Amino acid sequence: MSAGSLRIALVGNPNCGKTALFNQLTGGRQKVANYAGVTVERKEGRFTAPSGRVLHLLDLPGAYSFDAASPDEQITRDVCEGVYPGEPAPDLIVCVADATNLRLHLRFVLEVKRLGRPVVLALNMMDTARRRGIVIDVPELQRRLGLPVVETVAVKRGGAQALIERVDGEVPPAAMAQADDAASRADLHAQVRELLAATVAMPRATAAIDDALDRWALHPVFGLGILAVLMFLIFQAVFSWAQPLMDGIEAGVAALGGWLTSALPADSALHSLLNDGIFAGLGAVLVFLPQILILFLFILILEESGYLPRAAFLLDKLMFKAGLTGRAFIPLLSSFACAIPGIMATRSITDPRDRLTTILVAPLMTCSARLPVYTLLIAAFIPQRTLWGLFNLQGVVLFTLYVAGIVSALAVAFVIKRFRKDKSEHALLMELPSYRMPNVRDVALGLWERAKIFLKRVGGIILALTVLLWFLSSFPGPPPGATGPAIDYSLAGRLGQALHYVFAPIGFNWQICIALVPGLAAREVAVSALGTVYAMSGSDDTVASQLGPLISQQWSLATALSLLAWYVFAPQCMSTLAVIRRETNSWRNVAITAGYLFGLAYLASLITYQVARALS
Amino acid sequence: MRLSDLPKGSPAVVDRVDDAHAGDPIAQRLRDLGFVEGEPVRLVARGPLGADPLLIQIGSTRFALRRSEAARVTVRTEVAA
Repeated sequence: MSAGSLRIALVGNPNCGKTALFNQLTGGRQKVANYAGVTVERKEGRFTAPSGRVLHLLDLPGAYSFDAASPDEQITRDVCEGVYPGEPAPDLIVCVADATNLRLHLRFVLEVKRLGRPVVLALNMMDTARRRGIVIDVPELQRRLGLPVVETVAVKRGGAQALIERVDGEVPPAAMAQADDAASRADLHAQVRELLAATVAMPRATAAIDDALDRWALHPVFGLGILAVLMFLIFQAVFSWAQPLMDGIEAGVAALGGWLTSALPADSALHSLLNDGIFAGLGAVLVFLPQILILFLFILILEESGYLPRAAFLLDKLMFKAGLTGRAFIPLLSSFACAIPGIMATRSITDPRDRLTTILVAPLMTCSARLPVYTLLIAAFIPQRTLWGLFNLQGVVLFTLYVAGIVSALAVAFVIKRFRKDKSEHALLMELPSYRMPNVRDVALGLWERAKIFLKRVGGIILALTVLLWFLSSFPGPPPGATGPAIDYSLAGRLGQALHYVFAPIGFNWQICIALVPGLAAREVAVSALGTVYAMSGSDDTVASQLGPLISQQWSLATALSLLAWYVFAPQCMSTLAVIRRETNSWRNVAITAGYLFGLAYLASLITYQVARALS
Repeated sequence: MRLSDLPKGSPAVVDRVDDAHAGDPIAQRLRDLGFVEGEPVRLVARGPLGADPLLIQIGSTRFALRRSEAARVTVRTEVAA
């Protein structure tokens, strides 16, 4: 250890506010949430203490015990013990405990102390504890524990001052390392009881507000009703609130494209690349930023408030019957935003079988990258009508697509359960944390992160594929005297026509076939690709905003419905397959996922197309 | 009495946690989470479908346990002193 720097590991039970404390100290920008196991990645930050010393802070996953029950807890234990490959042992462990829940959290503090490393205890959420009338004799607790104890309020500015001052001072001496066996483990509870009796006075075991809210939120009838209404409202909002913002972006992109290309000669290749390639392609995707952000806004607020584990509680039985677990609700709900964080969040599922099933069905949740495709098709083919004087027909169709994804995920999970050989018991054992008012700063940071990721995708992979597609659909140029649109003669046109043989039975035309190929990299690319393909085949300049009206003239309703059905299932996302490979360490699982999803997609589209044609 | 049979709202105290089989990890985790002799527990709510899972309060923490998990915990109901 150099004199100028110090490596600090942050540990604690899930829901102790550790990640918020990490944000407070480092100004780090990552997700803070209120359900067990959100911290699934290694997070490191640094800050300079008043003394000028640089402190490296490592945020470790929440753990109930070092008797690890999940990959999360295993990482925490290995890092603390200094045996994690590539991770030097920390110079100091800051153990964070929720001051309102010391009976549970102190036990882990004692476990950490037994490691025999320097430890500082941070009593977090001291403001809430005081409000609830909980009195903690901190000097006495410090004396009995033999550890420095500081008070923190992670969600308040300056709430970590005492901790900063403490870690900036002398490193406290390490306690004596103690063996870890069943007898000493049972002894920990006795020690906790003794400590609590001597140092903590609690007027009431739980917050009155939690009891009142849970009476409604967990009620067998009202609870499910609240959950259903909440989910439905989110999807209605995604559709209706975003509209004005989307119109604004559309107009802005069209104006910018027109202004930028007005100086170029209209028949030059550069004009075509900018107008047909970049603005038509990227504009078509950029328009969906508001919808994605509104969806994430709701997910972040639900996460922060502590409601999600309640939803998991309500749905556990249903999901268990289908071969999943209530815990899978949280990763699966994240998958509505994007399957990648969803699949990574499965690390908090303790049972490896439950975890694998959840990973395999996560791509069936309607991720936000499908929204561009859905919105485009729904806006073009489904009339703006009010149903039963209450619902917007377009919103109802969107909701149906989401339900189709959920129902098929349950069905697939059920099939997996039937085929599984190991039928031993699966555990739930899930903590329901206190309700919390979502912190505006944390939600805003989360949204900003999401917007950045989306814009990076637009500026990176989507831009690159759009330009590539423009080249493929421009070259080779048409022979002299050709009458059809230039794209018919290009590489992309020929590829689309070849693929058309496979996709004709499900009603896809060759333009869709072209769009599906770059759309393998990311779903929303299909929309930008369609924008480019149609702009290239049009006689005049067709910008993104006109893609909807254009396809509504050229496609049959059956084709549109078939493409919607395709997108409910098709694994058109390389990143998802890559993350499945990484999280399960198996190409077999990747092949199974891709295979069953493409199979279901083709089957669903075939049925949809043939039925819709027969009916019309 | 098993924790899974406890009536809603009535206070009880944990007696012991039994392993369902040798080296039962679920029983071990229950003990780690504080289900040990002498801890007061209470059934707060039941799940909407088949009254499963159960919401158990122990100390100031609430855990969702499936019935089969709660059945590992033996409790005794306190007679009001």
